[in-house]
Amino acid sequence: MVKDQNYLEKKASYCLDLSKKLGATNASVIVSNSISETVNFRNKKLDESNRSDNLGIEITTYINKKKSSISSSNLLDDNIKILIDKCVETTKNTPEDEFNSLPDKDLLASEIKDLNLFDNTHLENDKKIEYLNQLEDSASSDERIVNTESSFSEDKSSFILANSMGFCKGYKSSSFTATSVTVAKNDKSMERDYEYSSKCHLQDIKSPKDLGKLAAKLATNKLSPKKIGSEKISIIFDKRIAKGMLSTFANAISSSAISRGTSFLKDKINEKIFSDNINVYDKPDILKGLGSKSFDLEGVKTSTLKLVEDGILKYYLVDTYNGKKLNLKSNGRCGGTSNLYFENGKISFKDLINSNSRILYVTETIGHGSNLVTGDYSVGATGFLIENGEFKYPINEFTIAGNFKDMFQNITLANDLDFEYSTNSPTMMIEGMVVAGK
Amino acid sequence: MSNFFNKSDLTRNDVDNIVSDTLKNCDDGELYLEDTKSESILLDDNKIKSSNYNSDLGFGLRAISGEIVAYSHSNEISKESLKNSSASLKSTLKSSSGSYNHKILKSNKKFYDDINPIDQKTLNSKIEILNKVNDFLRKKDSKVKQVTASFSGEQKSIEIIRSGGESLIDNRPLVRFNVSVMLEKNGRKETGVYGIGGRQSYDDYLNNDNWQNVCEEAFRIASVNLESKPAPAGEMKVVLGPGWPAILIHEAVGHGLEGDFNRKKTSAFHDLMGQKVASEGVTIVDDGTIDKRRGSLTIDDEGTPTERTVLIENGILKNFMQDRLNARLMNTRSTGSGRRESYKHIVLPRMRNTMMLSGNQTQEEMIKSVDKGIFAVSFGGGQVDITSGKFVFNCTEAYEIINGKIGSPIKGATLIGDGPSILKEVSMVGNDMMLDPGIGTCGKAGQGVPVGVAQPSILIDKMTVGGTKL
Repeated sequence: MVKDQNYLEKKASYCLDLSKKLGATNASVIVSNSISETVNFRNKKLDESNRSDNLGIEITTYINKKKSSISSSNLLDDNIKILIDKCVETTKNTPEDEFNSLPDKDLLASEIKDLNLFDNTHLENDKKIEYLNQLEDSASSDERIVNTESSFSEDKSSFILANSMGFCKGYKSSSFTATSVTVAKNDKSMERDYEYSSKCHLQDIKSPKDLGKLAAKLATNKLSPKKIGSEKISIIFDKRIAKGMLSTFANAISSSAISRGTSFLKDKINEKIFSDNINVYDKPDILKGLGSKSFDLEGVKTSTLKLVEDGILKYYLVDTYNGKKLNLKSNGRCGGTSNLYFENGKISFKDLINSNSRILYVTETIGHGSNLVTGDYSVGATGFLIENGEFKYPINEFTIAGNFKDMFQNITLANDLDFEYSTNSPTMMIEGMVVAGK
Repeated sequence: MSNFFNKSDLTRNDVDNIVSDTLKNCDDGELYLEDTKSESILLDDNKIKSSNYNSDLGFGLRAISGEIVAYSHSNEISKESLKNSSASLKSTLKSSSGSYNHKILKSNKKFYDDINPIDQKTLNSKIEILNKVNDFLRKKDSKVKQVTASFSGEQKSIEIIRSGGESLIDNRPLVRFNVSVMLEKNGRKETGVYGIGGRQSYDDYLNNDNWQNVCEEAFRIASVNLESKPAPAGEMKVVLGPGWPAILIHEAVGHGLEGDFNRKKTSAFHDLMGQKVASEGVTIVDDGTIDKRRGSLTIDDEGTPTERTVLIENGILKNFMQDRLNARLMNTRSTGSGRRESYKHIVLPRMRNTMMLSGNQTQEEMIKSVDKGIFAVSFGGGQVDITSGKFVFNCTEAYEIINGKIGSPIKGATLIGDGPSILKEVSMVGNDMMLDPGIGTCGKAGQGVPVGVAQPSILIDKMTVGGTKL
């Protein structure tokens, strides 16, 4: 069983008291415990079981405007004492930074909504094995599938965040994740793909049959790929890739990138950065939402932000430190976004793939080719060629490139949004990107 | 070194008994204990932004039967916790009937000293250098708009206890010093990053004000990028500079030669052993034994002494990299490549320092021979799809080559290629092999481990460059 809130609260207040006693003027602490149990299958046989029990503590001590942090997995009182001693000593020797402080008291969360993030169900390993058996049967039913790997994991975690202004709150959460990885082979090529389903509650996980079937279809569809020439072409990003554009956007509007001047979206508040009709929300209070939270990593309450309205940037993601630098109040985004999504577009998926006579449909990208300073984007990709609304054949070994500043202005979204992940996008088309191939 | 049990209710005898009892019908397995102390000190935006210290302690108990691995880890080193883990493993491997392989190689060679780099340099002297870096760069040029510099260091102490009570220990220092600088000119911004590090004390890298060289290099890369033009798009010849560009080797062939992917037949290389996979003159080794390098290990995370493994010799595929599990199942021996990020992770066959050895041509000859192509000097990260063999990496410093001459710098572009065929496109191998500066971290299955790479200049006849200029 994951440690209860009482145990974590006691540890947290021990740390705060001790920090004060050893000379800190302020302190904050996060104590957490997570237990995860995973079973892996490969080619219909048990491959691995893994149980992990993680304890963790992170303490930040302040001496006025000086600050330092320590973290440890050893929660024994005498170890904590040694570490806090070291932390306070380090704090004394660290230069002052006028922007260091705990959050403003009036911004701290005063209540915790029950967002239904914890499912107490414990699935015995035998039950996990049963699920995986069904999943692998389904994934390997196509004879072109030559290798399957799958896993089921159950995670339970519990944490307390406390600070010396009297804030002390936390909660439990859970997640259940099933993953299927498939390798398909024919005389032309060998291809790998995957699908997964992750939810707070066990009952919401995709059925093993559906998950396996989907993963198998994704891999077999990629067999016998062709190459494409180098050209300018409209690109449709599958939902699982389109959500990455949102993550890049979120990183570029984080107050730390803005205050350091290292974002291509600096000074763009109230400017049009996306095409018309594009709206972006960050909504922390979705019931059972994978990104849902009542407060951020500093204890600041979170509420829904409409980050982009009709293409116009309205907010940065602000934490306490960078907020003070930018003269903005924290909006509870220390640690990033919660449930981030594009509002649905106006046209159907079908109309989107028919909107041009020739479209490149991208299902996977590889590489780390997003430059947040310049907005330049260049990654490797695999996908399909669509002609007159029909998927013609798979394509691989090509790159796509552009600059986010232009790409964001040329986005068209379909109306097929759903909430599979914590960051979600409908299918997305971007016109005018450059593809490099043979 | 750490005594893992002196603050617990366990005696050494208890531990040996629990381990031996857990593994009695298993083919392999061990108790892995780890005590890691680490620090990071970051200067950013003219201020010491953070100073963090971390102390991590835990164990992982592993039992292997046939192909099945059971693993359990925890932070609590106690009789109850260890017994819980043991019970968890036994319940997974109920019907196990293996016979434990006690054989493990021994070596008394060590590739780094038993030091704690964190304690060898005071906090104040680290902060002083970071401030000097900031002042130096900001005074150097008014185009400098942002400076980030950091120290990170750790000492990882591990003990491996095998069935029967055999114990193997290792104490691993690791440090890294990094500088990133952003320049702005006429509204355009570009960054340059450079770092150094390895398994010795900070001062071994920073003596004689060597931090200035790191600053100069980061500044130089940013300056080059400020003048860069859009990169070309399409297939062309590519000359790679020596050293760090060897992450091409790491991504293109390294991962595909790891034992697990080949046992599972999911690597594009699994049926190519003994065959020609590279041009003549291409020899690639993975070496864990280079003194004090970032990817070097005295023993791997299963206790096997590391070695210099020849992967490709003169174009022919010779060996995969193996941990004990995959070696046993493939009827071969461990190459000392079994690694894990920490006690929280299972062992996987991984790279150490992956190197292409020198040939006898010069970089000049290569560039002279190219009519239209690019010359890539430095890279950011890379990634590979093991199964299809397609890999990418991102240029952070590159130039166009026109008619045998180096031209303008070009913007960061992704290069994409096919692992099993790219090394056959290598038409010249330089005589200038160089090791990288000690900054690589390799990710696999969610686990990051420090690695090194090395190569001479090489000419690749055909690769796709992912620029924007058609």
